[in-house]
Amino acid sequence: MDKIAVKIDDLTVAYNYKPVLWDIDLEIPEGVLMAIVGPNGAGKSTLIKSILGILKPIAGSVSIYGKSYEKQRSLVAYVPQKGSVDWDFPTTALDVVMMGTYGSLGWIKRPKQKEKKAALEALEKVGMLSFKNRQISQLSGGQQQRIFLARALVQNASIYFMDEPFQGVDATTEIAIINILKELRKAGKTLIVVHHDLQTVPEYFDWVTFLNVKKIATGPVKDIFNDDNLTKTYGINYKVSIQE
Amino acid sequence: MSNAQIEIQLIASLVAIACAIPGTFLVLRKMAMISDAISHSILPGIVVGFFITQDLNSPLLILLAAVTGIITVILVEYIQKTGLVKEDTAIGLVFPVLFSIGVILIAKNANDVHLDIDAVLLGELAFAPFDRLMVSGVDIGPKSLWVIGCILLITITLLIAFFKELKVSTFDVGLASALGFSPAIIHYGLMTVSSITTVGAFDAVGAILVVALMIAPAATAYLLTTDLKKMILLSIVFGVFSAISGYWVAHWLDASIAGSITTMLGLLFLSVYLFAPSKGLIAVMYREKQQRTEVSLLTFLLHLGNHQEQEERHVNHLNEHINWQKVRSKTVLDLALKNNMITIENDIVSLTKKGNEFTTQAISYIITNEDSKIEHMKDDFFLFRG
Repeated sequence: MDKIAVKIDDLTVAYNYKPVLWDIDLEIPEGVLMAIVGPNGAGKSTLIKSILGILKPIAGSVSIYGKSYEKQRSLVAYVPQKGSVDWDFPTTALDVVMMGTYGSLGWIKRPKQKEKKAALEALEKVGMLSFKNRQISQLSGGQQQRIFLARALVQNASIYFMDEPFQGVDATTEIAIINILKELRKAGKTLIVVHHDLQTVPEYFDWVTFLNVKKIATGPVKDIFNDDNLTKTYGINYKVSIQE
Repeated sequence: MSNAQIEIQLIASLVAIACAIPGTFLVLRKMAMISDAISHSILPGIVVGFFITQDLNSPLLILLAAVTGIITVILVEYIQKTGLVKEDTAIGLVFPVLFSIGVILIAKNANDVHLDIDAVLLGELAFAPFDRLMVSGVDIGPKSLWVIGCILLITITLLIAFFKELKVSTFDVGLASALGFSPAIIHYGLMTVSSITTVGAFDAVGAILVVALMIAPAATAYLLTTDLKKMILLSIVFGVFSAISGYWVAHWLDASIAGSITTMLGLLFLSVYLFAPSKGLIAVMYREKQQRTEVSLLTFLLHLGNHQEQEERHVNHLNEHINWQKVRSKTVLDLALKNNMITIENDIVSLTKKGNEFTTQAISYIITNEDSKIEHMKDDFFLFRG
């Protein structure tokens, strides 16, 4: 774990002149499964969106393996918050997963048999193959999240950014998703996950970043996931017993 | 049919197709009101263009008006971004101002300009065949037919080329942006096409009908399909159907063509809204009734499973015990009988083997929080639905 996958320098992002992220310096080593934790409004989603160029920072820079994101798009996959899209959109599960291949196709070129095959494989990996022709509004919350995960898998990236992939999913799906994430880490991928449930951090992740407008701490879960950092991040006397 | 009649229907149909394509994306992007704004605020562009060119079908006029359309969109977004007012308020602020500038410009120059407010609002489709396009002395058809034909050709080419980009940026802006498909380019591209289409259709059908032709066919199609390509095709079919049937309604009633087409669009939407197989009002009400009866059935079966004592299972006591009215009890009892879930001996109801199986299975799903699986189970157990 000596290579740096994502490097952020002095990043500041503001909405209407109000900073939501303030002077963030962060290095994410290659091959970690990292949770970003922090209270609501801490800028967790904003951090991911700024790394991916969806939001424009007012200061600072981001690099992916030493180069700007624009040059490294093909190395990066993104799972947005489930609530950020309209699930009544007229399309099928397979079609949504196919969207993951659009990046490698570029403008105008259309997905062909090869892209479809990749999408079907990704659907199988998340256990959703039998739902491939289902309209997306007919899927449960957990199934929708799996579709989003499959769409990221099909991008065949080195770094995965996920915005609350466990939000509103059932226990079975949560286990299925975390198993896939752990498998990806084993394959040497880097995973950055916005996460809400503090109880599961030690069990799921090996790296953690505490964020609340400013970066509070970042490092291995076993070293820094403690009451001190939780209190600094959440502002109240926080106690979480870490199971050995 | 005379030549002029055929030409009018052809123009109306091409306008309908040209409107349905961007309209589908406007509806899916929840931007229907933007098309209303564009259709009104391009008026000053048209008037100024008309002063310069003296020709309603000149490409320069179309370009100028389209630019006004884009300015509208930018102004709305700018006002909205200040965070002081919401989007609908911003739209309501921008387009009346631009529209009234157009109205004043027409009124001030009424003597020199062959353009009046009625024509702007409702169009002059009936007069379209009079304005001919002459190429070296040869009549090659009405000008508006050529104008809307060219616009349609461009729209279809762009749709085919950028279908994938339009789809991903409409469904998931964040992903589109992360993948490198600039949502801003696609957004303003769509706005430009919508503006140009609006101007091209304006002359034929007027400001009000343009909105109807963009939104109504797409909204109707949305109720019928779960596939984007089919939604576009259906919008086109509905648009063309309304254009042609509307023309003939106007012909028989001796009324405004634009008004009749819009009325047909409204009627079409209403009938689909009522009768669509899965999202239609009647289908939804029927499904709700079915669901209610089937939930009652399950409750009834549970009750039978829980009680061995005879007085709890007597037909006449059922409505007292589970508090149902006679009709409801009878419906549920009949449904259970028809599906071989129960037997009745001497007015005492008992679960059959099948009924017992169904109930046990359903309870296990309910306590493990997998209620959704009950729906699939019904397919295996029910011969008749509620």
